[in-house]
Amino acid sequence: MKFSDTLFSAFSSLRSNILRTVLTTLGIIIGVAAVIAMVGVGAGAEQRIQGVMDTLGSNVIFVNNGSSVSSGARGGAGSLISLTEEDARALQEEGDAILVAAPSIRTSAQVINSSRNWFSSIYGAGSGYLEARGWDIVSGRTFTSQEERSPTKYAIIGQTVATQLFPEEDPIGQMIRIKRVPFMIIGLLDEKGETPWGGDQDDVVFIPITTAKTRITGGDRFRGPFVQSITVQASSAGEIMEAERQITEILQRRHGIKPGQPDDFTVRNIAQMVTARAQSERIMSILLASVAGISLLVGGIGIMNIMLVSVTERTREIGLRMAVGARPKDILFQFVLEAVVVSLIGGLIGITIGLAGSIAVARVGDWPIVASPIAALLSIIFAALIGIFFGYYPAYKASRLDPITALRQE
Amino acid sequence: METIIRTKGLSRDYMVGAQVVHALRDLDLIINRGEFVAIMGPSGSGKSTCMHLLGCLDTPSSGSYELDGEDISGIGPDKLASVRQRKVGFVFQAFNLLSGANAQRNVEMPLMYGAVERESRRQRASEALDAVGLSDRAHHLPAQLSGGQMQRVAIARAIVNRPSLLLADEPTGALDTTTGQEIMNLFRDLNKQGITVILVTHEEEVANFAQRILEFRDGCLTSDRSRQDVLGMQSL
Repeated sequence: MKFSDTLFSAFSSLRSNILRTVLTTLGIIIGVAAVIAMVGVGAGAEQRIQGVMDTLGSNVIFVNNGSSVSSGARGGAGSLISLTEEDARALQEEGDAILVAAPSIRTSAQVINSSRNWFSSIYGAGSGYLEARGWDIVSGRTFTSQEERSPTKYAIIGQTVATQLFPEEDPIGQMIRIKRVPFMIIGLLDEKGETPWGGDQDDVVFIPITTAKTRITGGDRFRGPFVQSITVQASSAGEIMEAERQITEILQRRHGIKPGQPDDFTVRNIAQMVTARAQSERIMSILLASVAGISLLVGGIGIMNIMLVSVTERTREIGLRMAVGARPKDILFQFVLEAVVVSLIGGLIGITIGLAGSIAVARVGDWPIVASPIAALLSIIFAALIGIFFGYYPAYKASRLDPITALRQE
Repeated sequence: METIIRTKGLSRDYMVGAQVVHALRDLDLIINRGEFVAIMGPSGSGKSTCMHLLGCLDTPSSGSYELDGEDISGIGPDKLASVRQRKVGFVFQAFNLLSGANAQRNVEMPLMYGAVERESRRQRASEALDAVGLSDRAHHLPAQLSGGQMQRVAIARAIVNRPSLLLADEPTGALDTTTGQEIMNLFRDLNKQGITVILVTHEEEVANFAQRILEFRDGCLTSDRSRQDVLGMQSL
């Protein structure tokens, strides 16, 4: 018997009992849908996390001031100001796993131009900081090293500040005032988007750290050589751990911290920050995988069950087919193919539902929709294998029937 | 005359529990091409066993069987299926049509197992339906046909592969007398066109359509007579 003919008769016998066919495939539908949703959600979440990590800069490590202890009361992170511009320079020069170490201080202030104003974050930081964060200038230029060292009144602004203050003009060359100090805008930063915690990274103005200290945060905590944080870029992703080790070692030595004493600084990398978030998505994936596994197993057993019923019901048909010349292997093939067709129908419906589900989850979770053709293909192949595996025994039983007994069956 | 069936010492035994049942004993039989033979006997006489053996649905316990020049004794189930496909057509008491397929598809079904191309399959099924006078019902489902029509579809299915042998097991058993007569007339017409027909029945009236009547009792062939009178009447 030719394949196309067998396929046709498989379809026509399945069509004669549509409701049963659909109910039979339910397990496969749920299983495959769960697989597709799992892969889609997992990949989408991963892409989003990767995207967020990339906006913070690759291989970035943040070094912050530690906590002060005053008569037993601990002041919290950043209360003990110990990091200096010299520390940053030492890190960059001494740590061979460190590519860039850039000091920065941060404050907030009203930014004013002739007709508009906007409350924004002010960063005292140089081009090293922008480099570590992988932050490009889209128009204008960055600070020269000379401009960074002296209290020059130049500013580089983020996209949000540009839109708020200069909705229609080119901001380059325009003047803004921060705490009555006039600055000339020399550069416009590329768009960065949100931080993992939802802040707007583009709502920012960069000015040289020296200018920030002398003119903006004057009388503030960061006097003299002290800075708020040091942003470090490791030389590669694989060097992050080594860079962290070097940072700790160099800073402990420079700050004269003896073994056993608490550090007066903290070291944290982005990977640690996003791990927690990735964890929840991983749990969801494991959950979906278990649902998928169990449903596919139950679905397979369902197919086997219904095929056994079908073989019993159609004993006379089998006898007749044998009488007109079907060989045992023709019968075997016909019933296995029916089981496979049922599984494949289930697989296709499952893929559709799974895709719809992952699109819905992606909308809610606000991450990119990732449709994986490989997952779909594997699901289809797996569904077919389930059909073969669980359909084989009923089909084998059918093929072993004695035509005479089969024809006599009422 | 060309011999189409030749059996020698054909026997079939079954084990029922520890007891051996001799369903058919030592059958020596020759049937020529174009004969119309009726097999009669009470239930348990061995007539069904004989039909199963002649139709290649069963294999003998001993003895030899030659169908249309092919030695059937001792071949495996796949070859046996192939012989059935090429040489035998079956008609059953209960029609045994596939309920989900229309008349045309039911008739085509045996040709699928012979790997006949779709176009020629359709062509031959139409011819077979034509031969049983049902061309206008080709696209009806079995449920939309009367008993007589269903049996005609079954006959069309049996002759579609141009068999050497047409075997009918109580073909009128599920039909009323008038319809039964029509079906028997159809068998006679097909026989006149040269098809060898073997009919299993327990009704004298039905058997009378045949030219030759074999009677079985307790697994043995007890009587083999020709109905010259019927032939004589027909030739008038």
